[in-house]
Amino acid sequence: MIDIQHVTKRYGNTTALDDISFSINKGEIVAFLGPNGAGKTTTMRILTGFMPPTLGTVRIAGFDCLEAPWEVKKHIGYLPETPPLYLELTVNEYLTFVGRIKRLSADQLPERMDTIIAQTGLADVRGRVIGHLSRGYRQRVGLAQALLHNPPVLILDEPTTGLDPNQIIEIRELIKSLAGSHTIILSTHLLAEATAICQRVIILHHGRIVAVDTPEQLGAKLRESETLSLTVKQSDPGLLEALHHIPGVIRVSQGATPLTYVLDTQIGRDIREELTQLVVSRNVGLLELKTQPLTLEDAFKVLTQTITPSGPSIGAPGGPH
Amino acid sequence: MTPVHTIVAKELRSAFVSPVVYVIAAIFLAIVGLLAYSAAANASNQAIRLMQIQNTYAQLNLNDMLFRPLFRSINLILMIILPLLTMRLFAEERKLRTFELLLTSPIGVNEIVSGKFMSVMIVYTGLLSLTGLIPMTLSAYATFDWRPIYLGYVALFLQGALLLSIGLFASALTENQIIAAFLSFGCIVGLWMLGGLGSIVGDTTIGHILSYLSFTEHYERLIRGLFNLKDILYYLSGIAFMWFAAHQAVDAYRWK
Repeated sequence: MIDIQHVTKRYGNTTALDDISFSINKGEIVAFLGPNGAGKTTTMRILTGFMPPTLGTVRIAGFDCLEAPWEVKKHIGYLPETPPLYLELTVNEYLTFVGRIKRLSADQLPERMDTIIAQTGLADVRGRVIGHLSRGYRQRVGLAQALLHNPPVLILDEPTTGLDPNQIIEIRELIKSLAGSHTIILSTHLLAEATAICQRVIILHHGRIVAVDTPEQLGAKLRESETLSLTVKQSDPGLLEALHHIPGVIRVSQGATPLTYVLDTQIGRDIREELTQLVVSRNVGLLELKTQPLTLEDAFKVLTQTITPSGPSIGAPGGPH
Repeated sequence: MTPVHTIVAKELRSAFVSPVVYVIAAIFLAIVGLLAYSAAANASNQAIRLMQIQNTYAQLNLNDMLFRPLFRSINLILMIILPLLTMRLFAEERKLRTFELLLTSPIGVNEIVSGKFMSVMIVYTGLLSLTGLIPMTLSAYATFDWRPIYLGYVALFLQGALLLSIGLFASALTENQIIAAFLSFGCIVGLWMLGGLGSIVGDTTIGHILSYLSFTEHYERLIRGLFNLKDILYYLSGIAFMWFAAHQAVDAYRWK
């Protein structure tokens, strides 16, 4: 459905994208993951035909972005990083305008609008001026705009930023419900988000693809060790020493409070049972035991060290904002 | 509804929910009304004086005394206020990032540019037709030649269209509305001064070229009631050129 071959994009002397190639099948949900300035927005703008690549070819639904830009535009719904909203219009007026410039016919438009407004939860605010809406509603209007002409390909640039946790869950559910019938690319800088909704993750850094994989495999690859966090009720000076002696433990360190311990353990070695027994036998009161999820920072540390020997740096210079 | 109609309808909707258009219209009509009133008062004073001297019914040429100076003044006002009408056209789209929506939709740059231009032309034509009340009112009290007035309105229409097309182009260059307004104001004044420069240089080839490039001589001929295809062509080619420049500026935005 989407096929990118050897795409390079330069702004003057800055290389924003450096020889990127990937393809995405119909019905897949794929996440672009990367820090600010990694090239996520640039890639998306090239995919939508908003800007042409310096080198390379982009094909969407079989149409070349440069040769048949109109066909490509008809096949794409795009939610930019800043939702493109006319603040002086009402939601109804705005969506009518979008429907017309997306070439929906006059008899399709009212029906599509009703469907989308219901789907994005905008029914209560359809008659209100967009400038008076909250950030969450504006984001939904932006999403409605991208979905309105029912495009087979959806490109969503950070669709959940600025939303409250409930809204984030709603939007994620909505995106998930579109999978299968739509091919979706979304960008995010949250690893958890990519894991929650996507089948595949493409990690970008300094304009290059550093990894393409499923979230699970990526997670497994990235982990050198499993990390556990343990909280007890009473302090016990000998506990730190005792934790070291559990087989499989590589490192133990004090956590945020004196009663919290952080344990790094060998991969594939579940020590939770031994750990519980130890804590119970020393009678210090087990309050909490949890595995710590892999963070994006960890992922970048691992992935980018292979590319930039100086270590990970967040925020490449010269990216588009 | 064609895409151009869609853009025009949206632009008009946006224009009339913002106070800018109302403020511009109020200022424009108030100044033009005042100028027309003072010119008419002046003309009637002179007529009374002439009657006292000659002791006969005096016939004054209102076209010379009233309408021609009025058309000249309206041109000056337009040079100042029309940049305010065009400044938001593209600058706002760039600022609010709605340009990304337009440029990723199956709609051509020419349709976007034409739609925006037509929307300001509609607002301007509306303003202009309101000033038509002045000759209509005066015709109840005095007699004058209508031909220079018709041509004067043709001149105003074309002059306004040229100034608006310059503003359209200026707005496509920046995301700051104030800069867009000053940019178009600067271009307009520059074009105006070319005419003055042309008359200083005098009767040489360069002088003729400079005078031709400026709108002053073309406008002046039209409001004198002289119809010349050359003047009409000047305006039409100027508008087409600025439309094309705006088109290029919008297209170039994507390549940055």
